[in-house]
Amino acid sequence: MTNLTNMTMVEALKGLENKDFTSVEITQAHIDAMQSARHLNAYITETPEIALKQAAASDAKRAKGDVGLLEGIPVAIKDLFCTKGVQTTAGSHILEGFTPHYESSVTTNMFADGAVMLGKVNLDEFAMGSANTTSYYGNVINPWKRNNGDDADLAPGGSSGGSAAAVSARIAMAATGTDTGGSIRQPAAFCGITGIKPTYGRCSRWGIVAFSSSLDQAGAFARNVEDSALLLQSMAGFDPKDSTSADLPVPDFVAGLKGDIKGLKIGIPKEYRVDGMPKEIEDIWQKGIDWLKDAGAEIVDVSLPHTKYALPTYYIIAPAECSSNLARYDGVKFGLRVEGKDLTESYELTRASGFGDEVKRRIMIGTYALSSGYYDAYYIKAQKVRRLISNDFMEAYKKCDVLLTPTAPSAAFALGENEDDPIKMYLNDVFTVPASLAGLPGMSVPAGVDSLGLPLGLQIIGRPWDEENVLRVGHAIEKSANFKQMPQFIEKIAA
Amino acid sequence: MAQLIKGKTGDWEIVIGMEIHAQVIAKSKLFSGSATAFGAEQNTQVSMVDAAMPGMLPVLNKHCVEQAIKTGLGLNAVINETSIFARKNYFYPDLPQGYQISQFEDPIVGLGKIEIDLPDGTVKEIGITRLHLEQDAGKSVHDQHPTKSYVDLNRSGCALMEIVSEPDIRGPEEAAAYINKIRMILRYLETCNGNMDEGSMRADVNVSVRHPGDELGTRAEIKNVNSVKAMQQAIDFEVARQIEIIESGGSVVQETRLWDPVKMETRSMRSKEEAHDYRYFPDPDLLPLTLEEGLIERLRAELPELPDQKKHRFMSEYGLSLYDSTILIAERSRAEYYETVANDNDAKLAANWVINELLGALNKDEKKLEDSPISAAQLGGLIALITDNTISGKIAKDVFAEMYTSGKSADVIVEEKGLKQVTDTGAIEAIIDQVIADNPDNVTAYRSGKDKLFGFFVGQVMKLSEGKANPAMVNDLLKKKL
Repeated sequence: MTNLTNMTMVEALKGLENKDFTSVEITQAHIDAMQSARHLNAYITETPEIALKQAAASDAKRAKGDVGLLEGIPVAIKDLFCTKGVQTTAGSHILEGFTPHYESSVTTNMFADGAVMLGKVNLDEFAMGSANTTSYYGNVINPWKRNNGDDADLAPGGSSGGSAAAVSARIAMAATGTDTGGSIRQPAAFCGITGIKPTYGRCSRWGIVAFSSSLDQAGAFARNVEDSALLLQSMAGFDPKDSTSADLPVPDFVAGLKGDIKGLKIGIPKEYRVDGMPKEIEDIWQKGIDWLKDAGAEIVDVSLPHTKYALPTYYIIAPAECSSNLARYDGVKFGLRVEGKDLTESYELTRASGFGDEVKRRIMIGTYALSSGYYDAYYIKAQKVRRLISNDFMEAYKKCDVLLTPTAPSAAFALGENEDDPIKMYLNDVFTVPASLAGLPGMSVPAGVDSLGLPLGLQIIGRPWDEENVLRVGHAIEKSANFKQMPQFIEKIAA
Repeated sequence: MAQLIKGKTGDWEIVIGMEIHAQVIAKSKLFSGSATAFGAEQNTQVSMVDAAMPGMLPVLNKHCVEQAIKTGLGLNAVINETSIFARKNYFYPDLPQGYQISQFEDPIVGLGKIEIDLPDGTVKEIGITRLHLEQDAGKSVHDQHPTKSYVDLNRSGCALMEIVSEPDIRGPEEAAAYINKIRMILRYLETCNGNMDEGSMRADVNVSVRHPGDELGTRAEIKNVNSVKAMQQAIDFEVARQIEIIESGGSVVQETRLWDPVKMETRSMRSKEEAHDYRYFPDPDLLPLTLEEGLIERLRAELPELPDQKKHRFMSEYGLSLYDSTILIAERSRAEYYETVANDNDAKLAANWVINELLGALNKDEKKLEDSPISAAQLGGLIALITDNTISGKIAKDVFAEMYTSGKSADVIVEEKGLKQVTDTGAIEAIIDQVIADNPDNVTAYRSGKDKLFGFFVGQVMKLSEGKANPAMVNDLLKKKL
């Protein structure tokens, strides 16, 4: 393990500026690391040639004094972002071999800022899952191991499991993700890194394969808060090609980290103390509260009374939208086609073989929820509850500036666990889904480890468009937690 | 005027409601920047959005919104400040997204009404239920390969306005008058070109029958009527079919039926049970459409005079009959032509010349007004020559024919051919004297009481003057001399 892969982005940018190394050198170091980490299955498509070309171009650009925000930084792109000329699968068989003729707005922004693409990282199929076990391209293995010697492979969380695993395993300096109900925050927590989902509308959805349009939001994975702020800075911004993108200026997130949190009011929602929550989660939450209090923040008890309805609401709205969003995968225009004896049979065979079980399950749930006779009872009711959940947050923000909660109800679980019952899997997102429904910015920051040595994350949820306070509080937790543990995978290689 | 059908069980009333799909005149599509020109090579006007590539998002074309508002105003309808785009979900190869973006519960235009002009000279009001914006689908092409179908996405995503009427239409004549009036309004507003043969205007017709005063009967929706004539034929067939079913003890099934213009019949396409469940829901890729303040008023101020307003004005301002006014306002260009002709001229005379001579001649040659060899100013010039007695009405017809073939103006022709009317008393008297001298027998007969012979003398004088003598002066002078 060379230190070229163990730096933060900010450190790497400084080193590049000081000519300690070149982007080609850092990029090559990552490409080498990727090869020794293939068993993690973090990447679906590695793009070393593109990466080295971009890195060389970046070095040349830098030599001319043209330095972008991410100049020369090798990153991984979740395989849900369309990348021009590079296969984009969404983790699905149905898009195997699909090569877009266009570049997503977010990656366009990043490449304009000098980012170098190492490859496309694995994810749950169409971002539907919480363990990265629904990918057609195989599950991703969490670089962390339990310290009890059981050697079980653990789930990296999902849906952005490849992104989280890659950043954690030091085979990407940072990564893009998308978060629909927790798909950035939960894997960040499971892999011991930071992940931020900004306010819905902060990043353009143009060119991101859609799962649930009213919930999907791009965000950033990195190994610390400052890097997250930097990557998000590059990704964010108004895009006239996305009607739901917000025409608002993007604040300087990195500069925003400088302020302290004295006097900031931190809300602790009582409904997040769920029955059966492991004591270790409760303890880490209490630690977080104490750290913030010590840093000068004021702790306020708040109530989000409709929290318990968030998961069922989410599991109506997201499937409903996905049932429609995924209708375009019909074998007619692109992607997989399985010919049948007539049109209907071709549709059936294509979609039966192209989609995995979880995707099919959600398409069926969503189709049912939108069907005539059920629409009012399910979809409309879910929309009403969504509004109530949103109102809960707005009510709470009258008393506080941000909320602090655990990110997930457990540390990373072993692969195969929670697979027997979809509901058990869905419960992973119990703390992340409410903020998604309300479109709020949320971030997970590693806060400590459990008794098995696995990372635990704390979640900060902010007001709409207030990523700055979310990042600032995350930064405060980061300083106090002083999280230095590394995944065993890295320690093994280092040794 | 409601048309009743005599049946075995009494009179039947026809009840029709119509859904008209009108393609919006716009340079680009409803949610993408692709061009919309008709007749372009297949699949050359398709963007990534129109082809529903992964991750593509719709962005609303504001011009199409303005076109819909204008049309709504032209239908005297309520414009909704907020409307919502919804997805209508169904699978078909020419529908790349697997859903059509349409409007369902909250359309951009609500209740309205228009007047239709019936052949018996009466006017009837037809209610408009709503108008909404939606995407058109692409086109499936089935005749290019023995076993395969092709898809042309040029039309995919073009903006359509669906105009839904109340079930106020009572028969094929009213249906024709309704669709003609809608087309006229759209053309006046330049929001749709109304060409049914190009498919830029299409109608689905909901037909049912009932005994007058009864509740509405079960309706059938007829698709694939591509002309006004086909629509009338389809209605006639469908009405007869439904009456036959009910009178022989059966009941009409609610279903979609397809008009077959070759076999001249409607046949079942899909029943209510097979009907799609479209699973409408608000499109999460688009925010609710909220109109900016003042937009409706600005568009209202920009509206041209609409057909019915023009019709009423022609009747009051020019004293024209309802019949003539209705003909003259049928197209905006025709009304403008007429008004140029009528400028400084006798308005009724102008109407006669435009309707009977010009439109008659153009119609015979299957020419459009835009291709008329006679400009409005030239026709006005001809009428001015009649009014100031330079030429007679009869000579004017010859001059008109000459103008129509040569494109020359009336005064040039009159000058060149020496057609100027003779109004010199002496000259006319000389001709009359000649005629009297040449026809002594008839003079005697006339003077002995055969009054009818007066016409003979007029004819002779006109003949000798080569039609140029002023007819009124000929009358006066002949009476004196005889």
